[in-house]
Amino acid sequence: MQYLAPTSEDEVVAALAQADGRARILAGGTDLLVQMKADMIAPDILVDIKRIPELREITREGGGWRIGAAVSGAEFNERADICADWPGLAEAFDLIGSTQVQGRCTLAGNLCNASPAADSVPAMVAADAVARIVGPSGTRDLPVAEIPVGPGRTSLAAGEFITSIFLPARAPRSADAYLRFIPRTEMDIAVASAGVSLTLDDNGSCVAARVALGAVAPTVLLVEEAAAALIGTKLEGAALAALAQACESAATPIDDKRGTVAFRKQVVGVLARRAVKIAQDRASGKGAGERA
Amino acid sequence: MALDEYEKRDFRVVGKRMPRPDAIDKVTGRALYGADMHVPGMLVGKILRSPHAHARIKAIDTSAAEALEGVRAVVTGADFPEIAPGEARNVRDNAMARDKALYDGHAVAAVAATSAAIARKALKLIRVEYEILPHVTEISDAMKPDAPVVQEGFVQENVPEGFSDNVISYHQYGHGDLDAGFAQADKVITRRFRTAATHQGYIEPHAALASFGADGTADLWVCTQGHYYVRQLCAEILQMDQAQLRVTASEIGGGFGGKTTCFIEPVALMLSKKAGAPVKLVMTRQEVFRASGPTVSSEIEMRMGMTKDGRITAAEAELHYQGGAFPNITVQFGAMAAFACYDLQAVQTRGYNVLTNRPKQAAYRAPGAPMAIYAVESVVDELCQEFDLDPLEVRLKNAARKGTKASYGPTYPDIGLVATLEAAQAHPHYSAPLGPNQARGVACGFWFNFGGDTSVSLSVDFDGSITVTEGNPDIGGSRVSIAMMAAEELGVPYESVRAVVTDTASLGHNEVTDGSRVTFAVGLATIKAARAAKREMCRRAAKIWGIDEDAVIWEDGCAKPAGPNAGKFEPLSIKEIAAKSSRTGGPIAGHHEVNAEGAGVSFGVHIADVEVDPETGHTRVVRYTVFQDAGKAVHPDYVEGQMQGGAAQGIGWALNEEYIYDENGRLLNPGFLDYRIPVASDLPHIDAVILEIPNPGHPYGVRGVGETGIVPPLATLSNAVSRAIGRRMYELPMSPPRILKAIKGG
Repeated sequence: MQYLAPTSEDEVVAALAQADGRARILAGGTDLLVQMKADMIAPDILVDIKRIPELREITREGGGWRIGAAVSGAEFNERADICADWPGLAEAFDLIGSTQVQGRCTLAGNLCNASPAADSVPAMVAADAVARIVGPSGTRDLPVAEIPVGPGRTSLAAGEFITSIFLPARAPRSADAYLRFIPRTEMDIAVASAGVSLTLDDNGSCVAARVALGAVAPTVLLVEEAAAALIGTKLEGAALAALAQACESAATPIDDKRGTVAFRKQVVGVLARRAVKIAQDRASGKGAGERA
Repeated sequence: MALDEYEKRDFRVVGKRMPRPDAIDKVTGRALYGADMHVPGMLVGKILRSPHAHARIKAIDTSAAEALEGVRAVVTGADFPEIAPGEARNVRDNAMARDKALYDGHAVAAVAATSAAIARKALKLIRVEYEILPHVTEISDAMKPDAPVVQEGFVQENVPEGFSDNVISYHQYGHGDLDAGFAQADKVITRRFRTAATHQGYIEPHAALASFGADGTADLWVCTQGHYYVRQLCAEILQMDQAQLRVTASEIGGGFGGKTTCFIEPVALMLSKKAGAPVKLVMTRQEVFRASGPTVSSEIEMRMGMTKDGRITAAEAELHYQGGAFPNITVQFGAMAAFACYDLQAVQTRGYNVLTNRPKQAAYRAPGAPMAIYAVESVVDELCQEFDLDPLEVRLKNAARKGTKASYGPTYPDIGLVATLEAAQAHPHYSAPLGPNQARGVACGFWFNFGGDTSVSLSVDFDGSITVTEGNPDIGGSRVSIAMMAAEELGVPYESVRAVVTDTASLGHNEVTDGSRVTFAVGLATIKAARAAKREMCRRAAKIWGIDEDAVIWEDGCAKPAGPNAGKFEPLSIKEIAAKSSRTGGPIAGHHEVNAEGAGVSFGVHIADVEVDPETGHTRVVRYTVFQDAGKAVHPDYVEGQMQGGAAQGIGWALNEEYIYDENGRLLNPGFLDYRIPVASDLPHIDAVILEIPNPGHPYGVRGVGETGIVPPLATLSNAVSRAIGRRMYELPMSPPRILKAIKGG
């Protein structure tokens, strides 16, 4: 097995082109190395992208944020400015793995592992985040929601890799929140999860909303009906009940060792409702930036 | 029973919280665990395992693996000699399949190679031709007359008719007239319970390094709870004299009963024998889950009658346990332990052991008792609710005490259940206010405790320091407790004593570290060995003084003249006697060998407060208190640790832990991600209240404390959750989907 540690994106593109599908990108390695040790995969070439300076950076861009593909959870969460804009994404990112794993794991890695239960992905989808992809035919941008196409599979073409995730500028009185259900308190994988991003007007009415659900379908679901149930309301009882109902209806989970269909459908609606309340409190200045 | 050992005394060392001697090595990494052993020329062993739950092995072609560069040996079931029926043969057939693979993960071949990569490659070159057979993993399926039979030839004569040959043993206990007892009750209920198979969850995977010499002698370094038993099993399996096999136990990263037998050791020895080089085998975590020894799963029917003032008039239980593809006696322990907490006029338990296509169970902390007592304590709680009675009052009313004839036969001597219940009742936890969606559960627990074969040697070194040589791996702090008991008995500072766990060639036989026996039995033998050394030191002092040895007594760590008539001599300390020992007859040592009896049963009571999220079924343990009789707590930190550890494991068992199989009999969750033991943040601080009702069978009153703590949590949690949600739970684990279904009326 060959280990490469290029210092530019071009070198990565060249290495991937030459490897002809036998290479894997190594960022934090928190999924890749585990899969290799478990004998699930045996790549011939590892291309480590952590030596590429711009992939380690967080930069302001057009009022939003560009997060390099090799930025770790710990680095992200130390940035009070981003966490103030995206407290929900910050808490989702922070839920990946243990403290040790936080020093390595990345948003792009979590996305490309393409697990329907990935914690940061519903939060990124709710945030309307956009991935920047570099490959043999140049650079393209694609909404995060369109990257996973099924468990373990992405829409990236051969030789392509993600260089950054872009989080758009925030309107005033906007906030997000993420909740997952696990039977334990830590070191576990979501049985169901919900990411919510909201914008309120001066009167506290919801003017924009995105609701994304995890672990209840082959990919993270963006539930338009759930968002529609919120927009134009003050996020009170009836709207929240409609939201939960929309989430239950949209979810198409499976029975497996982690939970049942009935359980996941019921709980995902509860999580979405609770996440809306947290995001609402944050957007209206009550407990802004405070983590659930 | 040896019930005359105890003498009341004021302790000088015992009962204090001494620094543990192994702590620094363990936190700095100097301690040597099973996988840390390395010897020159060592090969890497790997095992090929069956992907099928039940399959006939029609052929195994190892030629390609053997031809691979770097492969030094390949072993299959055909390499092992035929031996007589019995546990060694069962262990052999579990360590390496012969005609049939009996469960998903059953070993079918093994290789030794010069590197791990080559060994892995070699495994992929082994061709096994399987004929897949119908399998059975659930108890009720396995008992049906037409069920696929896992293994023939194990059915004992007393098993009632009407079942498949998977039902191999039957055990019945009890006394009194059940019909008359039930007739006296104001309410009789019959309830069915199920518990899932759980794993001990020790951190250190099994590891063994075997080195077979050309002269037929062999050495084995292994992570185990009992290296003498490993020697006994492996010697029989490899058909060699026990004396030719020396086994050395490593430090142990947890066992909880799961390391009381062999899984990979015979394979490591056979690989080494064939390769002519040392071979190290280390299980992966996945192998630990698939092919070590989880505990049994159970299906239990429980019937109990109670008067409206809370007197249990009669009770009976039928216990069905499965512990995988081989025989075991766990259901017998369950049938004996079920009603051990109560003074009952009419009681009966009937236990059935059932074979299934699952891994061969091993002991797990109080094996067999937690599930049986879960069912008993659940029906007691339900009847308390029925009559609106205080659950601790009802337990006090029915509690076993001195003179009670236990449901499993014996009449109890001094026991601590009533004192433990009263301590729980008086504790502030029991009357603390509860918040919304919260409820409180209580339950009792019991374990027999074992004694058994024990050897200890104690040497008084020339500088007066003391080495205690014992043969039980230190799994719960036994070295410190044993050193403390030696220091206490000899009257020397604790710091001058070192307790060492030695190999099988250096000391007489020692039973496995199990049954909470070590602090009791090894402690007893240590005290007796120290007494022998003291007698010898009195003789040496007599010699130095030129007086009769009967005129010397031992007091405050010194030899002294027995009285004014013995002569006027300054007391001689151990240091002084030891310094002269070469000139007074040679080195001074004491030793003691015993099959220790009088271990002293142990009782506990647990209180838990839980909060259940009514929308998700998630349970949070808000507060937890353990009350347990330790006889005498030699080292209170360790005793509290045992009580807390048992509670933590029991909480995991109650809430989330389970072996999950798919329809093909394959284990779906062989890893800590999906086999959910509690993490630290899942648990509150567990308060431990130690009671000390001296055990008449030990010189210092010590009882075993290691196991009782895992028995009450299952029912404690189930009773608390049932009260919190207003519906009775009858199945473990109480995972959130199961609780939410109960809340929604499913």
